Amino acid sequence: MSVFDGLKFRKVYSPIHNLDPRIKFVYVCAIFVVAIIFGELLPLLILFLMQIPFVLLAGIKHEWLRSMRGAAFLATIIFLTNFVFAYLGGREMAQSLEGAAAMTMRFIVLIESFSIFFLTTSPDHLGLALEQTHIPYEFCFAFTTAVRFVPVLAEEAQTIMDAQKARGLELERGNFLKRIRNYIPILIPLIISAIRRSLELAEAMESRAWGATKKRTNLYVLKMHRNDFILIFITATILIAAIYIRLKFAIPSLNELLRGVF
Amino acid sequence: MIEVDNVNFTYPNGVEALKGIKLTIQNGEFVAIMGQNGAGKTTLVKHFNGLLKPTKGKVLVDGVGTRKVSVATLARNVGFVFQNPDHQLFSETVEEEIAFALRNFGFKENIIKRRVTWALNLLGLTQYRKTSPFMLSGGERKRVALASVLAWNPKILILDEPTIGQDYQQKEKLRQFILQMKAQRKTIIIVTHDVEFVAECNPRVLLMQEGKIVADGEARKILTDTEILTQASVVPPQIAQIFLQLSDLGLPKNVIDVYEAHEILLKLLGGGIK
Amino acid sequence: MAIIETKNLTYMYPSGTKPSIRDISIKIEKGEFTLITGPSGCGKTTLCRCFNGLIPHFYQGELKGEITVSGLNVAEHSITELAEHVGLVFQNPENQLFALSVEKDVAFGLENLGVPREEMRKKVDWALNLSGIYDLRERAPHELSGGQQQRAAIAAVLAMQPEVIVLDEPTSFLDPLGAKKIFEVIYELNVKLGITIILVEHRLDLTAKYANHIIVLDEGNVVLDGEPREVLSSEETRLIGVGIPKATRLYHILKKDGASLGNTVPLSSDEMAAILKEKLKTND
Repeated sequence: MSVFDGLKFRKVYSPIHNLDPRIKFVYVCAIFVVAIIFGELLPLLILFLMQIPFVLLAGIKHEWLRSMRGAAFLATIIFLTNFVFAYLGGREMAQSLEGAAAMTMRFIVLIESFSIFFLTTSPDHLGLALEQTHIPYEFCFAFTTAVRFVPVLAEEAQTIMDAQKARGLELERGNFLKRIRNYIPILIPLIISAIRRSLELAEAMESRAWGATKKRTNLYVLKMHRNDFILIFITATILIAAIYIRLKFAIPSLNELLRGVF
Repeated sequence: MIEVDNVNFTYPNGVEALKGIKLTIQNGEFVAIMGQNGAGKTTLVKHFNGLLKPTKGKVLVDGVGTRKVSVATLARNVGFVFQNPDHQLFSETVEEEIAFALRNFGFKENIIKRRVTWALNLLGLTQYRKTSPFMLSGGERKRVALASVLAWNPKILILDEPTIGQDYQQKEKLRQFILQMKAQRKTIIIVTHDVEFVAECNPRVLLMQEGKIVADGEARKILTDTEILTQASVVPPQIAQIFLQLSDLGLPKNVIDVYEAHEILLKLLGGGIK
Repeated sequence: MAIIETKNLTYMYPSGTKPSIRDISIKIEKGEFTLITGPSGCGKTTLCRCFNGLIPHFYQGELKGEITVSGLNVAEHSITELAEHVGLVFQNPENQLFALSVEKDVAFGLENLGVPREEMRKKVDWALNLSGIYDLRERAPHELSGGQQQRAAIAAVLAMQPEVIVLDEPTSFLDPLGAKKIFEVIYELNVKLGITIILVEHRLDLTAKYANHIIVLDEGNVVLDGEPREVLSSEETRLIGVGIPKATRLYHILKKDGASLGNTVPLSSDEMAAILKEKLKTND
């Protein structure tokens, strides 16, 4: 699924990649809040365009576009639903269109910021951030271990499929029910292998003093640098500006703006 | 008969695993494909039952191009035993496990019954007929996997790293078993990096390195050719190593078998025999 | 001084019907390179798990007899305590590495023990260097070959600076060249740092030459225990089904037929070639 592709991390080095994940997360939450504050198309459009520089700085143009394309399907549904209900509910054509576009843009802004976050944050960086925000180590460990084994499981699933195909299993034939049943010879070895793997992992963990003390130390430490403080500043500015504008000004609709110009 | 005609294969991630492979394996041959991990051995054999299709060139099994038929159809004649039996086992009983492929291939129930009994006997698993395969030991599970492939009596048998994790006795049994299958005129292809095992079997050896076949011939010739072995990062069998060090004393060079070595040396050490 | 000593050690898994190891009484001296071998199912893996406390603490079940490791009675000390004295490297390299970079994996044990960061950094770098994988320290485990992964596992155990490192068939999944690299690394650890090495292996042709002590198990019992050249000369070893190195085997069958080859049993092809060269030259 290409939406998930847009969330996969790739090892590239850019100033965005090196930002503290905790700060990046606060930024994403702030964008979320701002997207909720405004229901009008113009500010949401500005919000969308504002984040493009981040995409370019981070050098993740291709992957980001892929995730946007993946979101296109849902975005279309959101647009159509909003438009149809607004129009049938009695609103004018132009208004309904703009309203629907605004809701769609809100969704897109959210996908955009989350996508930037996940594309520029390595899983171990993320795990480290989790640890330093004092989330219990068991959860952080479960997270990073799961991510670490994803490629291993994917490979294993492929091998199991090959092994069963070599015994005459045909995965593409048969009606819906038969096809589901055909996946049993693949799921069972996969699950059993996962169980066996967990046992071996547990042995290895115990043998390396897992649970020796409650005060676990860490090889790495997340330190905030200049760029992190810049991002904090940017985030705070956006948030404050958004709240101020919302409270003090009336936002024109695109319609009104265009009419005013012409 | 397997014909590999100028085959290139590149994985989706861009890795060029096979480069210009040209090869023919006749019916009834016993071939060992050797080389370092990553040389392309498993990639090559996966072309024989259609699991992989060449990016360039073609592979013909008994005259039929592998691109034209499904894996299941090719599997009818090409049995592939994977390295790790746990990647195959999923049934409630050993009996069911062995019957799985037979059912896939559309055998009739009465024939399935017969074949299952035959396979169980052949591999000494009769007492485990109703046992869950997961309750068996590692070596026993390997035998179940082998039995489940032999049950449909494929003409060609491919074994991928069959000696991994096996002790000496188990390897001996495997060697005897391969000879048995050979006597039944099956074509046997093993992928392995176990030189000592190959030295004991003395098959045709295909040595691979970085996606190419760099040597093709009798085991005793290839496993004693130090130049080619060093290039392919393969260590010669111990007996060959000994004789290579004695070559300046006029001893023959292509000796890989312990008993042959024993005969030759006994004659030469004649003076010491009481 | 024996660093590991067992007396009548017997153990049965909770789901087992008979003991996996029976009456095992062995002594392993500090600094030894001990090979443990025997046919499949002989109890070698079970014995390894007794050395670092996985048995009885992780596996439960009944452990009878005594076992002392580095002066500690295994039954009375936790796995975490024993982890600072005994490291265990397992067969499958993939399932011993759980972090997203090699150096984080190597640091895992030290992090668990609460070692301060600076000290940890030093020990991690030291272990990475000794295992020859310092350049790979920032890679993800999935990007490494099997041999590199196994060396990372060794580094991870080494970082805790144990007196004993136990390796349970560490090269099963590796090709002979990868296996050779592993053996060379642990041999150096033994010779240069004096770490006691206990290696469980089938491939005696690759490993016999490193060992100064071999223990052969069969069906849970110790069958032979002694110096490699003696043990590998015993007919019993061969009959149990242990894979004697071909060089050693050749020596024995020649000797049986009356050839006089001296009394040193060769453990490698080099040793056998040297013996033959001498004899053949004198015969000329």
